[in-house]
Amino acid sequence: MAPFDLSSIADTAPYYLIFLALGLAFGAVLEMSGFGDSRKLAAQFYLKDMTVLKVMFTAIVTACVLIFSASAIGILDFSFVAVPPTYLMPGIIGGLIMGVGFIIGGFCPGTSVVAAGTLKLDGIAFVGGVGIGTLLFSETASLLTSFRYSTFMGRFLLSELFGLPEGVTVLLLVGMALLMFYGAELAERRFGRGEAITRAALIPRNRFTIAGAGALLGTAALVAVIGQPSAEEKWPMAANRAGISLENRDPYVHPAEIAQWRADSSVSVRMLDVRSEGDFNRFHILGAIRVSPSELTDSQFIRSLQEAPANTLTFVVSNGETRATAAWKQLLAQGLTNLYIVEGGINNWLTVFPPDACIAVPVKGRQPGEEELAFAFTQAVGDDCYSAHPEVDFKESPTDCYLEAHPELKQRPANNAVRPVPFDRQRKVTFQPKVKMKKAGAPKGGCG
Amino acid sequence: MPDKPRVVREARPYINPYLGGALLGVVLFAAFFITGSGLGASAAINRLMSALLELFAPEHVDRVGYLAAMGGGTSISLAHSTVAMFAGTLLGGFVSGLVGRRVKPELRKGPQIGAGTRIAAAIIGGILMGYGARLARGCTSGQALSGGAVLSVGSFAFMFSIFIAAYALAYFLRRLWN
Repeated sequence: MAPFDLSSIADTAPYYLIFLALGLAFGAVLEMSGFGDSRKLAAQFYLKDMTVLKVMFTAIVTACVLIFSASAIGILDFSFVAVPPTYLMPGIIGGLIMGVGFIIGGFCPGTSVVAAGTLKLDGIAFVGGVGIGTLLFSETASLLTSFRYSTFMGRFLLSELFGLPEGVTVLLLVGMALLMFYGAELAERRFGRGEAITRAALIPRNRFTIAGAGALLGTAALVAVIGQPSAEEKWPMAANRAGISLENRDPYVHPAEIAQWRADSSVSVRMLDVRSEGDFNRFHILGAIRVSPSELTDSQFIRSLQEAPANTLTFVVSNGETRATAAWKQLLAQGLTNLYIVEGGINNWLTVFPPDACIAVPVKGRQPGEEELAFAFTQAVGDDCYSAHPEVDFKESPTDCYLEAHPELKQRPANNAVRPVPFDRQRKVTFQPKVKMKKAGAPKGGCG
Repeated sequence: MPDKPRVVREARPYINPYLGGALLGVVLFAAFFITGSGLGASAAINRLMSALLELFAPEHVDRVGYLAAMGGGTSISLAHSTVAMFAGTLLGGFVSGLVGRRVKPELRKGPQIGAGTRIAAAIIGGILMGYGARLARGCTSGQALSGGAVLSVGSFAFMFSIFIAAYALAYFLRRLWN
């Protein structure tokens, strides 16, 4: 399913050929639309020739309708489409500077490349200018660091801003574009050709224009009606893309392997605990974040998860596996990568890393796989016991009751030597390693 | 019979802007569908400059954080998908220009200014564009076009900023173009 994971062929000839071909088509379309001519581009700002606006917005709404149609019928996973992240103020200030550059220079970077390709001398000069500009930026970027990263809003869609479904937003965007085209036609007639705007001129007559506008509006309306796929519909595709099979129990990772990853300083391990607040307070793994069911579909929260660095491993945990698996599916469908489930849940975790008897004891007759805590806690310990952080050298902070059982630990060894590890915590656990770290995180930007 | 007069091959007209836009939209969709990201141009120009600088002052590239991210140490500034796309864009413009008989060395400028002014304006405009594009994390193609098609809020804010600034200054710079 699209988009395709090109990381496997990165830096090979076919990889570069794909981008070369896309660039070729891009350059050709820009050129044949007249974007290689600075006078035609600049005329936009004197309302004489609205080609720039027409081409740009037709392209935006066409691509937009195609993207969300493809997503609606399930051939494109929108979670893996790179949406340029919003840094509001740097974008606005950068845009204003570029607007000044546009009216002075008569090009934008892409169009100047095309102009240079057709040997327009001003285009070649402009490309050189862009080169100098990017270099100036490179040299001053360090002075602007705090501004460059300010007003960060992440992957922020218009649909989220308006609180509307994606399809409805697309439909509104198409409607807005058509109104703009109508205005552009009138402006060209008035300012470009100096005609008076008569009543007859207000009625669109070109059959192709009407057919094209109708097709766009119709498709957008269809997309709005179909809606975008739900997480339940999307997760099998996401799993398929990542090569993960639930039947083979690929995402279920043994607690001992997780403890190993937690001790690995090159990896950042994140625990998402989807249990009730009561169970969470009774016991949770150190550093775990409690996630309520509503948060699993909250775009703000999902975005915060996606912004983690690429070396982040995420584990979902519940008491057993059922709830964790359901949450895993939801998160996977929303584009999270390096996402796994704690095998057997907290109950298995506590079996592998048993708490001291004075803190918790197994409940007789309760199966570890159940979605209920299979241990009875004498107190709500949270993450304040060995089982919550088995990867940390537990010997440094043995609990009182553990010391009762192991009086030899009460005596701190001379010279701060490491205390002997009691036998029962030394036992080796065998497991099948499951985690396959993929360093390529969520897709970033197009131009970056 | 006299020799045939040498026919000056007139440039063919541009295609209808809505058709051009629809084609561009399909190309943009193809980019998203295949690669997961959109189109772009300015990042590649930045990389070209970084590569150029590496020829003369490799230590400088290693020292400046922004450049080092592209071409620092043993990494090669040009080994990047955006550079391949840039080469394609240049070539695509050339091929389409050939077909449309528009490939010829010429200077497009307003009637009231000289060639020197036009070139200077193009360079100054280019510098501003290049600087702004890096600040905004993308140019008209990478941010406005690509981000607009996937409904990014920042991309729309960016797009309107470009148009606002250009329209606001258009009147004062009318001598350049009219």
